[in-house]
This record gives sequence, C-alpha cells and structure tokens, in this order.
Amino acid sequence: MAEDLASRHVDVPADAADAAVLTRTPIHERHVALGARFTGFGGWEMPVRYGSIIDEHRAVRSAAGLFDLSHMGELWVSGPDAAVGLASALVSVPGRLAVGHAQYSLICAPDGGVIDDLIVYRTAPERFLVVPNASNREVVAAELASRLAGWAVELDDETLTTALLAVQGPAARAILQPLTNLDLGSLRSYAAAEARVAGSPALVARTGYTGEDGFELFVDWDDGPAAWDALLVAGASHGLLPCGLGARDTLRLEAGMPLYGNELDRRTTPFEAGLARFVHLDRSADPPRCRDFVGRAALEARAAGPLPRQLVGLVLRDRGIARHGYAVRRPGQPEPIGVVTSGSQSPTLGEAIAMAYVPPSDASTGTMLEVVIRDAAVAAEIVPLPFYRRTR
Amino acid sequence: MDVPEALRYTTDHEWLRLESNEAVVGITAYATEELGDIVFVELPAVGRHLQAGEAFGVIESVKTASDLYAPLGGEVLAVNEDLATQPELVNAEPYAAGWMVRLRLDDPAMADGLMDAGVYRAQIGG
Repeated sequence: MAEDLASRHVDVPADAADAAVLTRTPIHERHVALGARFTGFGGWEMPVRYGSIIDEHRAVRSAAGLFDLSHMGELWVSGPDAAVGLASALVSVPGRLAVGHAQYSLICAPDGGVIDDLIVYRTAPERFLVVPNASNREVVAAELASRLAGWAVELDDETLTTALLAVQGPAARAILQPLTNLDLGSLRSYAAAEARVAGSPALVARTGYTGEDGFELFVDWDDGPAAWDALLVAGASHGLLPCGLGARDTLRLEAGMPLYGNELDRRTTPFEAGLARFVHLDRSADPPRCRDFVGRAALEARAAGPLPRQLVGLVLRDRGIARHGYAVRRPGQPEPIGVVTSGSQSPTLGEAIAMAYVPPSDASTGTMLEVVIRDAAVAAEIVPLPFYRRTR
Repeated sequence: MDVPEALRYTTDHEWLRLESNEAVVGITAYATEELGDIVFVELPAVGRHLQAGEAFGVIESVKTASDLYAPLGGEVLAVNEDLATQPELVNAEPYAAGWMVRLRLDDPAMADGLMDAGVYRAQIGG
C-alpha cells in the first residue's frame, strides 16, 4: 500500500509548501474544525470527506448533505448583447431562458471537442451567470473573453468573491426554508431567484449534481461561513451531514452525470456523451444573430454521421471494481473496444457501477462485456443510465 | 491511533501477528483511516507461496485501489473469506475480524526485522 498512501499524503497539505499553491475557500476553517480530509482539486484545497464517504452519500439520498462548492467558477456576462454573445460562444441558446431560469450547456472548440460543461443562469434580461468547473475556469474565462470580444457585453470573473454552498437531498427544502424569505415551493427545478439566506443576500438556485432535489446558494465570499453554519444547525435535526467531493463523485456517478476529465474532454463531442439535447443546432426560431456558434460545423457533421463511440452504463456481474482508464472488451476477445471513464462501488445499489465509452454496435442494454481489472476479465452488463433515479 | 503492542508492522502499514511459525496479516487502523470506507478486498489463493514484499492482493476504498504486500515470505494457509461479502470489517476491526491472510513463514526469525509498535507509532506520527 506504500505508494497509494504516500501519494495520499501529498494530497493532505501537512506543510505550508503544499498549501501555498492551493486556494482555500471561505469555509476552510469550518472544514478543518470538522476534521475534513483535503485534496487538491482544480487548484483548490477541498474537503474530500469528513468521515465516511458512504455515510455522506447515504445522508444525501435519505436526508440531506451540505457541500462547499466555492471552488466552482462564477463568470458574469452582462450587457445588451449578453444573450446573443453567449449563444455564439456556447452550444445552447441562453436567450431562450426566461429570467430566473437556468440551463445545462457546454462550450466547445471549433472541432466540436468539449472545453467544459457548465450551467447558465439568466438573472436579468441582460445578465447571465455562467458556472464552469473549477479546473476549467481560467480557460473558459479566456475563451469567453475572446468569443465575446465583438459584442456589447462585460465579462466579470467573480469566483474569488463568491461562496457557493449546496444543500442536496429530500430534506433540503425543509432545512433551507426557515432560513430564507423565498418561497421554495414556488422555485422549480432549474429556476433561480435572488433572496436572503441566513441574513445575507443570495442567489438561490434549484440545481445540483447529486440526482436529488436540492439547492445551490451563491453568496458573497465573506457571508459563506455564516450561511454554512446556519445550514449545518438547521439541518442537524433532519440528518444533514457535511459532504466532501468523494460523496459528490459517487452521487453524480449514480445519477449518470458526466464529470469533466472523465466522461468529457477535448477529444469528446457532446453527442458521444449522450448530451445531444443540450446542443441547440436548430436555431431557426432564434434571433438571426444567435444562429452561428463556435463548433457548429463540426457538431452538425457529427450529428449527421454515425457516432464513433457512445457513453454507456455498466454493472459488474463478477467481483471487482471498474475504475477510470480500465479497458473494456467483448467476452473472450483480447482487443479492447472501449474504456471505463468513471467507476466505483455504488453505495445505493450495492453493486460496482461504471460509465464507459464503447462502439455503438456494442452499446445496447443487456449486452455482456468485460472490464479488464488487473489483467483479469470481469463480466459487466450494459444498463440504462442513470443508475439511480429518485422516486420522490 | 490504535497500534497494538503485540504486533509487528511494515512501512506499508500492514501488521503481522506471530503464532510460532505462522503469522496473521492485516492492515493497520492508520491505513484504514487513510483509505476510508473499504468496499472490496481481493486475496490470494490458499496454497500460493509469497515472497517478502510481493503484491498478494488488492484493497479498494470508494475512491482508490491499493496493493497489499507480503510482510514476509511464506505459504498462504488461509484467507479471510468474510471479506468477500463484508469488506467493511477491515474498517470496523482492522486487527481482529478484518484480518486478511494466514501465512506459514519461511523464516519466522525474519519478523525481527519488522517494526515494533513503538517504532511504527513514531512513523505515523502518533
């Protein structure tokens, strides 16, 4: 175990040299006091778990979990051309959103490869919040600056002045409601509204990355700790646990949600990843200036032709756990036909689950394949995504 | 951190309990704390002969897979079959129900070269 434990020590900033290169969120001291273990992620020092990842995961499925997501990017795009500018920069048309609503979107390179996936919120007619992954914030900010250069818009990166907390799980609404003046019952999925939370101004969004109902709260950096404390206190009687990036990863995997760097990268278009519905190719009903966007020609060609590979869900039928990078084969055949992008033991299902890219000819539900785990072939069956869908 | 006095330890965070010319092997409480929830343990076939330092199995937490290394050379006499269905026993009782393999040692005297509890405790800073 020496190598893994040694590498783990590198993740834990035991000395100043490690910590110096990582940005800390405004909630950091709370995490330390809660006994969190930290990991470097996208240039940030983030809690990976406080106790047991499985306990944290189950809290979100059965009650609620509280996440510090202050590492995520907050890029504001505002001005008369904000809607059309973003439509030219992203694969979706954010101008279709009513004020107070959000959409999942992607930003692609001219060849159609995914630069990042992100959420776009429309908070005013000429004002949008773009939330990219922490690890891609700078490249997305640079791409947006370049792509929006000809438009009457202003781009502000407010990541380092914004705290983002998420409360996720079936009890999330009951926990948050007493802390806010917003009627959460009137806030639909993928809607967002400005309100007060724990005495501070906040943008409250009914979004998340866990497969559960829940809320994401954007507050000022300095208001983050008070909001965190209020949510922990309010959630205690509901079974809320603070949750780290470990549980966030297993929760999103069960929910079949892609993670940039695993399911998505520059060599992948949204179509292979099953994200075609977020690519607005037909813009005939949109304003003329919204019609073209970066990557359009490449994505139209990809949409018209056969896919080279397709993202599928796998459940292992023999003992073993499939991990990122493991080869996928047809039974009894030595040549790999695909690769695992994410995999873990599913705390909810009690089975080893994975997502993988395979040729479309091998992607039908029920197909039996093999995952190569340490030179051994382990049987795996293709199942529909997501692995888990909430019922309440 | 629990580091029982009667055991021997390796730099790989494994423990070994000598029983005449046999030894029981597992991973330490420190290792389980570092790894988090154990969800999978792969152990060798009974009868296999292990060289000292040889990878003999794999332990997987929610997030990662790690090799297990033989602290000393010997033949595998038994493995903990319960871990196939209850890998969480490693977290719950690393020095008891979470044991992994029983070896017949090639040379029990080699155990003198492993760390005692005091040295191991110092290594893990506790």
